[in-house]
Amino acid sequence: MADPLKRAEITDNVAADLTAAAPEAAVAELPPEVVAQSLGEYVRGYVARIRAGESGVLPVVMAMVAIVVVFEVISPNNVYLSPGNLVNLFQQSAVIMVLAMAEAFALVLGEIDLSIGFVGACGAAITVQLIQPATTNWPWPLAVLAGLLFCVVFGAIQGTLITRLHLPSFIVTLAGYLVANGLFLKILLFGPFSGYPNLTGQSDNLHFIYNLMWGTIDPIVSWIGAAVVVAALGGFIWFSDSRRRKSGLVAPPASLSLIKIGLIAVVAIVVVGICNLNRGVLIVQEGVPWVIPIVIAVLAAWTVLLGRTKYGRYLYAIGGNPEAARRAGINLSVVRTAAFMLCSFTAGIALLLYASYLNGMSNNVQAGYYVLYAVAAAVIGGTSLMGGRGKPLHGVLGGLVIGAIYNGMYLLALSFEWQYIVTGLVLLAAIIIDAVSRRGSASGSVTRI
Amino acid sequence: MTAAVAQAQAAGEPLLKIRGLDKHFGPVQALYHVDLDIPPRQVTALCGDNGAGKTVLTKCIAGIYPIDHGEIFWEGRPVHIHNARDSARLGIETVYQDLALADNLDIVQNMFLGRERLRSGLLDEDSMERSAAETLSSLRVTTVKSIRQPVASLSGGQRQSVAVAKAVMWNSKLVLMDEPTAALGVVQTRMVLDLIGRLRDKGLAVMVISHNLNDVFEVADNIAVLYLGRMAVQDKATNFDRQSVVEYMTTGGLGRSSGRPAKEG
Repeated sequence: MADPLKRAEITDNVAADLTAAAPEAAVAELPPEVVAQSLGEYVRGYVARIRAGESGVLPVVMAMVAIVVVFEVISPNNVYLSPGNLVNLFQQSAVIMVLAMAEAFALVLGEIDLSIGFVGACGAAITVQLIQPATTNWPWPLAVLAGLLFCVVFGAIQGTLITRLHLPSFIVTLAGYLVANGLFLKILLFGPFSGYPNLTGQSDNLHFIYNLMWGTIDPIVSWIGAAVVVAALGGFIWFSDSRRRKSGLVAPPASLSLIKIGLIAVVAIVVVGICNLNRGVLIVQEGVPWVIPIVIAVLAAWTVLLGRTKYGRYLYAIGGNPEAARRAGINLSVVRTAAFMLCSFTAGIALLLYASYLNGMSNNVQAGYYVLYAVAAAVIGGTSLMGGRGKPLHGVLGGLVIGAIYNGMYLLALSFEWQYIVTGLVLLAAIIIDAVSRRGSASGSVTRI
Repeated sequence: MTAAVAQAQAAGEPLLKIRGLDKHFGPVQALYHVDLDIPPRQVTALCGDNGAGKTVLTKCIAGIYPIDHGEIFWEGRPVHIHNARDSARLGIETVYQDLALADNLDIVQNMFLGRERLRSGLLDEDSMERSAAETLSSLRVTTVKSIRQPVASLSGGQRQSVAVAKAVMWNSKLVLMDEPTAALGVVQTRMVLDLIGRLRDKGLAVMVISHNLNDVFEVADNIAVLYLGRMAVQDKATNFDRQSVVEYMTTGGLGRSSGRPAKEG
């Protein structure tokens, strides 16, 4: 009591000694970017984390490389890496990416939403029906809003049932899946199209929805756009990191900021470069498809929402420890219900892109197992099924992996039997990755109360 | 009892004064006419056996449970505490036994959970990180590697320190701590007891719930003992010894080693 300061020092030293006893474990528990003062330290921290099972995006990148090599070798005429197929791969992946970003809202809470495939399909079918010139002939912005509104309302109903009545999300959204599947088939039957409303025809509204997936941006404009995006993002990363470094806040070393910016620039150059190669067979066909900036816009919006707003912070807090969130004064029901609404809303965007890809809607839409692809994509990207951990970027990375597999099977003209089997195995692999990476790490996902 | 109250008044107006507090849950009377004085700038230990009503009393002060009867005075003024926000507004913060930290969030995010600072609609991470770092260093919590590490990677004592730092960030005047050392090892317990001493040095009043008498005698200036929902005794810690506290905790009074009081509830 006489000298509390001195005693505190002793205590600190003892505590430091105890942590020093297991330096490897202590380092491995921490994300390297919060402790590293230099690039060397960062690399050592990263390696220690991989050894401890906390591998970040590394397995995704390795899986991607393996998939690309295998399919390039076995695809007919080695067509897999041709510019035409790569752009097609981006387009197919885009649907899964956006759907996986949708699913992230449920997964971060530790919930799941199985209905989003058909809820989104209903929304897209409503949009496609409303813009038909032969019937309602709505302008596309109104039709898109109506479709997305349907999704938000459906999500609100499911979210309310789950949060207010404390029902398991798995069962509620399974019921929602069946209801939405039925509604979807009903919506298709409206109008004089015998169940196949499509986007062919002379109407600006039809063209616009068709162009979401198939419209392209002029190569020069795409280069300028990419340069602007990379410069803005790079500038933001550089200035915010260096400001934090200067004021003594936790920040990555300058070299790491530069590597990050360089990586973004490389990805932009590769993607735009591939898209700007002529992929036409008879006529010149080049340019970045609209869908790529659309996916980037969704990614940017949801990254800001989850990472930099109160709402996002509360979502993670509830996923990590709902009781702590409740005691902090957070309104759990509102935040969780809104998450299911955002989930369905984003799914509406994803399935609208799918409608554009298919040039219309039909009862062939595989919305049921697209949901499973979306869950697998989010988990492969690094989102945890147990809640509390996940980012929109995970959905994009995982969506690219799933899209790469899906596209490869498509090129090999695998029958539906095999596609189902592969889908199931991919989902299983994703869950195994999640479980193994969680077991290996202390700081990963969290035991739920 | 009256002696204790008179003595507390002689030492100046208590920060928190409770008179005649009753609380029941259905047919179970958890607290009967409890009186309690918490003086400012001192550590008060609330002792009692399991089921004596320590946690219920704490939750009544924190606004988690509404009280049935009784009066609460804060700095001499009568107040009504209906919910956790009321108590926070008065300057009462509670550190629960389970700490209520989200493991997946980092230290700064946990300390500001529910009270995030915004700048043009977005989270102001820089300002929050600076304030959190200041609070932690003022409490001499120096063993954490990085203020941005997830709470899951902290030791038990460090987690307790973060929970305490979270409680003192808000100009609080009284910190209630429910069994802060129950789950900790020797070194970590030392860390938390030192932390409680530092809170007192900063001018805060602390009420510690504990039935570890080693800890109680180490940090407490005052000791209050609950026995089966009644306040058995409250006095300066120097007027107790280990034996008398144990006797109050187990029998509700001195020299009553056999038999319990008539009314047990």
